[in-house]
Amino acid sequence: MENEGTVWLPPANSTIAEDVDGLFYWILDTSIIIFAIVILLMAVFTWRYRRRGKDTLTPAKDHNNFLEALWTIIPTGLIMVAFFWGFSGYMKMRVMPLEGTEIKVTGQKWFWSYQYEEGANLTNDFAVPVNKPVTLTMSSADVIHSFYVPNFRIKMDVLPNRYTKVWFEPTHEGVFDVFCTEYCGQAHSEMVGKVHVLSEENYAAWIDSVSRFGEDLPPAELGEILYVKKACVTCHSLDGSIVQGPSFLGAWERDIQLTDGTTAIMDENYLRESIINPRAKIHVGYQPVMPTYQGQLKDYELDGLIAFIKQVKQQTGQ
Amino acid sequence: MSMVMPKMNYLAEPKGLWSWIVTYDHKRIGLLYLAAITLFFAIAGFLAILIRTELLYPGQDIMDANTYNQVFTLHGAIMIFLFIIPSIPAALGNFVLPLMIGAKDVAFPKLNLASWYIYVFGSIFAIYSILASAVDTGWTFYTPYSTTTGTAVISMTLGAFILGFSSIFTGINFIVTVHKMRAPGMTWYKLPLMIWALYATALIQVMATPVLAITLLLLVLERWLGVGIFDPALGGDPVLYQHFFWFYSHPAVYIMILPALGIISELIATFSHKKIFGYKFIAYSSLAIAFTSFLVWAHHMFTSGQSELAAMIFSFITFFVGVPTGIKIFNWLLTMYKAQIDLRTPMVYALSFIFLFTIGGLTGIFLGALSVDIHLHDTYFIVAHFHYVMMGGTVIAFLGGLHFWWPKMFGKLYNETAGRIGAAIIFVGFNMTFLPQFVLGSQGMPRRYWTYVDAYQPLHAFSSYGSFILGLGFILVFVYLMHSLIWGRQAPKNIWGSLTMEWETTSPPHPHNFEEDKVLQHGPYDYDKVLIDRDEALTDYGYDTTTGEPGEHRESVAKE
Ligand code: HEC
Ligand SMILES: [Cu+2]
Repeated sequence: MENEGTVWLPPANSTIAEDVDGLFYWILDTSIIIFAIVILLMAVFTWRYRRRGKDTLTPAKDHNNFLEALWTIIPTGLIMVAFFWGFSGYMKMRVMPLEGTEIKVTGQKWFWSYQYEEGANLTNDFAVPVNKPVTLTMSSADVIHSFYVPNFRIKMDVLPNRYTKVWFEPTHEGVFDVFCTEYCGQAHSEMVGKVHVLSEENYAAWIDSVSRFGEDLPPAELGEILYVKKACVTCHSLDGSIVQGPSFLGAWERDIQLTDGTTAIMDENYLRESIINPRAKIHVGYQPVMPTYQGQLKDYELDGLIAFIKQVKQQTGQ
Repeated sequence: MSMVMPKMNYLAEPKGLWSWIVTYDHKRIGLLYLAAITLFFAIAGFLAILIRTELLYPGQDIMDANTYNQVFTLHGAIMIFLFIIPSIPAALGNFVLPLMIGAKDVAFPKLNLASWYIYVFGSIFAIYSILASAVDTGWTFYTPYSTTTGTAVISMTLGAFILGFSSIFTGINFIVTVHKMRAPGMTWYKLPLMIWALYATALIQVMATPVLAITLLLLVLERWLGVGIFDPALGGDPVLYQHFFWFYSHPAVYIMILPALGIISELIATFSHKKIFGYKFIAYSSLAIAFTSFLVWAHHMFTSGQSELAAMIFSFITFFVGVPTGIKIFNWLLTMYKAQIDLRTPMVYALSFIFLFTIGGLTGIFLGALSVDIHLHDTYFIVAHFHYVMMGGTVIAFLGGLHFWWPKMFGKLYNETAGRIGAAIIFVGFNMTFLPQFVLGSQGMPRRYWTYVDAYQPLHAFSSYGSFILGLGFILVFVYLMHSLIWGRQAPKNIWGSLTMEWETTSPPHPHNFEEDKVLQHGPYDYDKVLIDRDEALTDYGYDTTTGEPGEHRESVAKE
């Protein structure tokens, strides 16, 4: 099967992509022919009938019902082809497969998270098996997002308070971009993830390892990995610079001014609350934009993050 | 024989700034609109250049993501609501509509003036509410994202509604004027096609704008009474907002494009010097487009989770907008057959329009086809498509119309060579800017992205360089047009030898349009029967009557 991208389209890596591309090129070719006719007529007439001298009277021929019918009927026929072809392709996208992998996807400012039936919980990067249908059940924790994988030719809006579904069956192993295509604010253009398409054996091994990931790692080490994987890195720096939220550098056991006028100390309980229920206490000078990680982190993972944040202090304290 | 400015003309009489501020003269009101939209176009165009500069490379070039988001919001909102919607109907339309049907003014001159003041007020209100709450939602203000920006959706919708009211006033005025004030003998089928187009536009304006009021009311109910309508936190449905928004904004797209089609019909007939082909088909296709425009709004929402049945119906109807548009293009082409084509600046714009608008229309077919739209929706393909329609279409037609009626409006001739060069630069710059964006989009580049993955960089850079050329083109046009106001030569009554009625009065026209009561002498396109002798006038301006080229004209301008 063709797997090279073209000037127009990225490589086709899902089962429905071929049909979409077929229609795309059909419309493109037809359009080029129609466009060429229009421009050719225009150029020829402009040259052939250019004004060469004084104004004169010109022929009165001002209608021709046959021609009008012709350029009504032919385009109508052509667009009907595009309509039916497009609709049939669309229905293939919309009828969900009965089997295969099911993943719950949550869109949130500004990252994607994926909840597997096996228990794995991932952020931005996720993996699926090749040549098996995958169904995503999606919802948003805040505003509207849209889930788009160009190489699969699929896109679906992700709404708050409602589930939408999309499915695909990857045909090639590889790593492909996931974009958010419904404008969602400041870091909309950085709400980019990756889908890893793995062979069946690799996928089985992978899902096994991520489902139990980290249980056997030292907590601080696990925390460091989660810091990146759970997208804390987009908003919290380790070097003191301020991105969206406060830096973790030297944060441990510091006094925190809260917007309600009280102060808190950055200890285990404050950290835990900040991650699970970030709206409860807001650090003065910051917007309450931190998403909740309720249900996305297991207890030992939280412990890991806390241990890691502690350590950011220790390392630099030396 | 040398021409002088007619003493009694609307620019000179009555005198004084005050006479302009309280003018009821449709021509002056047209110029007031022209000045305002030029200002807004310059601002929004400058913002566009900022956007393209930021997109030269991934990551931050000249502004951070927040600023970028505000800049593209402001660019879109100003271009759509403050510039394109009023551009042709309110500025050019106001000026030419009564002249073209031989009337002394519009039916309700006071309402006409009121519409301008409401427009100015609405514009200031809209810009203020965007700036004051740093709105960064894009011009579509989708909920629930937009509700997180405080009360900005309400004030923005209110702004759009105030502006819409000004459109309604203009619309009502045009409808009544066309019905009641045509010169004796000017039957419906003797109306210039520009009038048909303005009439169809006016119908949409009057019918679609009230939807904005309903949306506004619902937003207010939600905000103040806590009734959950759009906000999911209150149990509302954010997608409902999209329905309301597009129920107004899709017809608004045709408010933007229909008058442009009218102008092109005039330009093609005049500069082909030939009876327009398929008059009735062109006229009725305007009405057909106006009608279908109300039935296709949900094609903006194929990925929103709407039902498959709805998607099918809207896709089906959407394709039918293509047919009347195609009919117009082929009729224009056939008008040029066996014609006498005079490639003056307005005609260069008309040809440029056919080129760009055909691309805009054909790429719409991709987006109407459901399965392909899923891939292309909300990518740069859309961005390119609507710029080809709105800018390659409406703005190019607007410029064509402006160059066509400029001698009538101001009684001055601009430099023809500069005019053609300007049109060519704009054509090249435009294609350089937006052709690569089709490819970016079909390759998957999402719209409204402040940064992007590296693979898209070369095409983005190319597009940005194109936009700089485009910007230069507009500056050139502005410069020589302003130059002509002071140093341009006096225009004769009928410089193009056109048969529509506005060319039967002096340039610039008498304050009451015509010195005598008009009666229709010939149809607007009777180039098979009537010949205007304009050669004497042209020789007087140094035009070579055998080639139609400007001759010593430029030198004599320089000497003055
Ligand atoms: C979208 C940006 C964003 C992401 C992603 C994010 N945070 Fe935050 N976070 C913030 C902001 C802004 C604040 C300050 C406002 C507040 O107190 O809620 C904050 C506050 C905190 C605080 C309290 C710090 C203080 O000084 O009060 C902790 C602890 C914290 N985040 C941990 C995390 C961890 C751990 C992650 C990853 C699992 C994470 N955050 C992901 C934006 C983010
Ligand atoms: Cu998003």
